[in-house]
Amino acid sequence: MLSRAKAIRWQEIVTPLAAVVLALIIGSGFILFVGENPLTAYRILFVESFGSIRNLATTLQRATPLMFTGLAVAFAYRAGLFNIGAEGQVYMGAFAAAWVGFTFTGLPRFIHLPLAILAGMAGGAIWGSIPGYLKAKLGIHEVINAIMLNFIALYLTDWLATGPFHGGSWVPETARISPSAALTRLYPPTRLSGGIFLALAAAVVAYFILWKTRQGYELRAVGLNPQAAEYGGINVAKNTVIAMAVAGAIAGLAGTEQILGLHNRFIVRFSADLGFMGIAVALLGKNHPVGVLFAAILFGALQTGSAAMDRLTSVPRELITIIQALIIFFVAAEYLIRRILRMREEA
Amino acid sequence: MDKVLEMHAITKQFPRVLANDQVDFDLEYGEIHALVGENGSGKSTLMNILYGLYQQDAGEIVVRGRPVQINEPRVAIDLKIGMVFQHFMLVEPLTVAENIVLGAELKKGLFFDSKRAVQEVENLSRQYGLTIDPRAKIADLSVGLQQRVEILKALYRGAEILILDEPTAVLTPQEVEDLFKVLRTLKAKGTSIVFITHKIKEVLALSDRVSVLRRGRKVGTKATAETDEQNLAEMMVGRVVLFNVDKKPAQPGPEVLRMEQLTVEDQFGQVKVDQVDLSVRKGEVLGIAGVEGNGQSELVEAIAGLRKAASGRIFLGDREITNSSPLKVREAGFGYVPEDRHRRGLVLDYTVADNLILGIHGKKPFVKGCMIRDDQAVYENAEQIIEQYDIRPPVAKQLARSLSGGNQQKIVVGREFTQNPDLLICAQPTRGVDVGAIEFIHQQVIAQRDQGAAVLLVSAELDEILSLSDRVAVMYNGKIVSVMSADEVTEHKLGFLMLGGRLEDYGANEVNGHAK
Ligand SMILES: Nc1ncnc2c1ncn2[C@@H]1O[C@H](COP(=O)(O)OP(=O)(O)OP(=O)(O)O)[C@@H](O)[C@H]1O
Ligand SMILES: [Mg+2]
Repeated sequence: MLSRAKAIRWQEIVTPLAAVVLALIIGSGFILFVGENPLTAYRILFVESFGSIRNLATTLQRATPLMFTGLAVAFAYRAGLFNIGAEGQVYMGAFAAAWVGFTFTGLPRFIHLPLAILAGMAGGAIWGSIPGYLKAKLGIHEVINAIMLNFIALYLTDWLATGPFHGGSWVPETARISPSAALTRLYPPTRLSGGIFLALAAAVVAYFILWKTRQGYELRAVGLNPQAAEYGGINVAKNTVIAMAVAGAIAGLAGTEQILGLHNRFIVRFSADLGFMGIAVALLGKNHPVGVLFAAILFGALQTGSAAMDRLTSVPRELITIIQALIIFFVAAEYLIRRILRMREEA
Repeated sequence: MDKVLEMHAITKQFPRVLANDQVDFDLEYGEIHALVGENGSGKSTLMNILYGLYQQDAGEIVVRGRPVQINEPRVAIDLKIGMVFQHFMLVEPLTVAENIVLGAELKKGLFFDSKRAVQEVENLSRQYGLTIDPRAKIADLSVGLQQRVEILKALYRGAEILILDEPTAVLTPQEVEDLFKVLRTLKAKGTSIVFITHKIKEVLALSDRVSVLRRGRKVGTKATAETDEQNLAEMMVGRVVLFNVDKKPAQPGPEVLRMEQLTVEDQFGQVKVDQVDLSVRKGEVLGIAGVEGNGQSELVEAIAGLRKAASGRIFLGDREITNSSPLKVREAGFGYVPEDRHRRGLVLDYTVADNLILGIHGKKPFVKGCMIRDDQAVYENAEQIIEQYDIRPPVAKQLARSLSGGNQQKIVVGREFTQNPDLLICAQPTRGVDVGAIEFIHQQVIAQRDQGAAVLLVSAELDEILSLSDRVAVMYNGKIVSVMSADEVTEHKLGFLMLGGRLEDYGANEVNGHAK
């Protein structure tokens, strides 16, 4: 007989897995429709994303920013907040890191790199704490402010990178960062950077804060029952700001990693929805740091594999977008899946 | 065939707990059958099985002579079984009529036919003598009326078997009376009723037969006329239960809590607590009697730091705690059993162990250094309280949500009492708790008093006020209308004052009453 706690944990894993399997099954319908063999297509997808060290490295490289943004959404969620503002936090963190990267030259690496990373975290943290603060002080829902701040971050960095900090070329980007601020490439020619270790560390830290500290106890209590938290002497407003600041710092790291590890300069609108993908990753990862890591790897793999599938078969790469959407749909429709699996409330 | 329902040898195993162990239960046409038993004895589980919310692992259900398989509430509804839960399932912004016909799809073209809905609800309420305004919004109704809507909802779907799970736990004495009238009317019209309660007086007043469960097994079924309070309590708990707490006279010390001209408003700016002066001394229990909604909740929340005082001052010991944060108040030596354990007292999705440190989670043994949580200390604390307060099942890692109501209450009580606070506020401390646990909690309250705590007890149960208090304050319409010592108080006098009578008039009224 499974203990209840274990049963719950088991269920937390089964639902996302079932969602992925279901999405792939439905996806195979589309593949048949365009006249290809689903098994072949999926094999290519798998081999291309996990089949060699090099492919695996590419997958991890794509997964890295999603790990950060997924964690940023999940962390806030645990405190009862919906961090739809990760996208803006990514841009602010990225720009702050880039600015430190190209402004200071001649610093030794062991100073310059950490400084740039800290700047990136600070940029995201500040941007994240604004909706947190407005919610705590004025009771305005964080989603509304976060969406507005997303636009502000986008246009602000557009202007910064094409105006005062324009790099001088004809492309809308800043100057290159100094090499002393760049993250190491781990497995050239793939673009996997040392940022992956930062992401793993962020997951460990997020887990540790949430489940092994007093602060985490308070954050989760606020998320689960703010009135009981208040009764227990927990300052709900303070925890709201803290949760959004930490979430913002993690999202800022996504931008930081993209700048210091991949682009080596701030490129206007480089993110292309990393922040929003984070919502999907957090959902699939059940808002648990470990789940988020796996979900991010899956999304990274789908992106890596889709190019090859597009190239080697007549299956269009848009299929992957459909599959991703289906996964999210099924995770969201968890109730439906539970019925399908005949998993009852008490099982 | 005189049984509308028979349940044979129902068995239900939850992880770790055998909630129902070969339970037989039956219901005759037009009877009120009380179902009683300790917290966690499996009453709700048995009825949830009947309503299709859970599936039995073994056993058979026979409705009107036919064996049936009830695997979801739809089936139960089709079998004309209705259930009123302790926590209502109404849609607050909708009207009474809309809630009642919900799901029945009264349509006029594309639109909801609200005229017909109102019409049908009016007919129904006339038919059963359940007065209600079909156009009123649920959110504006009292708890008693909301419950009436739940009953009407079940009747609208044709319920001939009506299950009520602890319907009186949330009602005022007057509302209980009204409910009983309603149930007797229904019974007269042929409805069969299962009535779950912890209050033996209600069993004796209302039911035809009574079944007792203990730890998942049925102890017996008796005709109500053939049993009495002591006998039922023994069947439930398995030992003799003391209804009167034996306590020594109080040894009151200096004032611990003092309120001066305290005024508290609700969120709409309405005065709920009106210039109250009151104090509680070390080593005494001060009971606040009053019909619910007369400002008791607001008074307590103002002390706890959960609600702002509009004016006046509050002192705990020699510290002023007016409008302090809840944390500051706790640090001044404050323990608090809130009236609503689900909303305030517990994080239901936390484990029992985590709930047992709520409020002290930042204190010494539970954090190492400045931030790191000490899991081992958390679990040791849990094991100790679980053992001392007999929380069942005794599993620290279980989610609080999966415990029965009474055991959830024991978590709150255990947590607050073991901190040995200087001031202990208990608001409705035994609501939804079984007789054995009531006895236990009452003993603990007195033990706290004897250890030197100042206890402020707020309760809608007159029995509770009378048996625990050393002094009794009556609250009516935001004011403390009278403070008496325990030996001056009678139940009758309290009832008179609680309904707004004035102490000066009490004697006269009494005389008139006798003259008539
Ligand atoms: N969903 C569940 N999962 C696991 N255990 C459960 C679940 N529901 C109830 N239990 C356990 O089954 C036992 C019976 O619970 P039940 O709610 O039926 O008791 P009850 O008689 O209604 O108690 P109370 O008077 O406190 O409401 C308890 O030990 C409870 O902890
Ligand atoms: Mg129950």
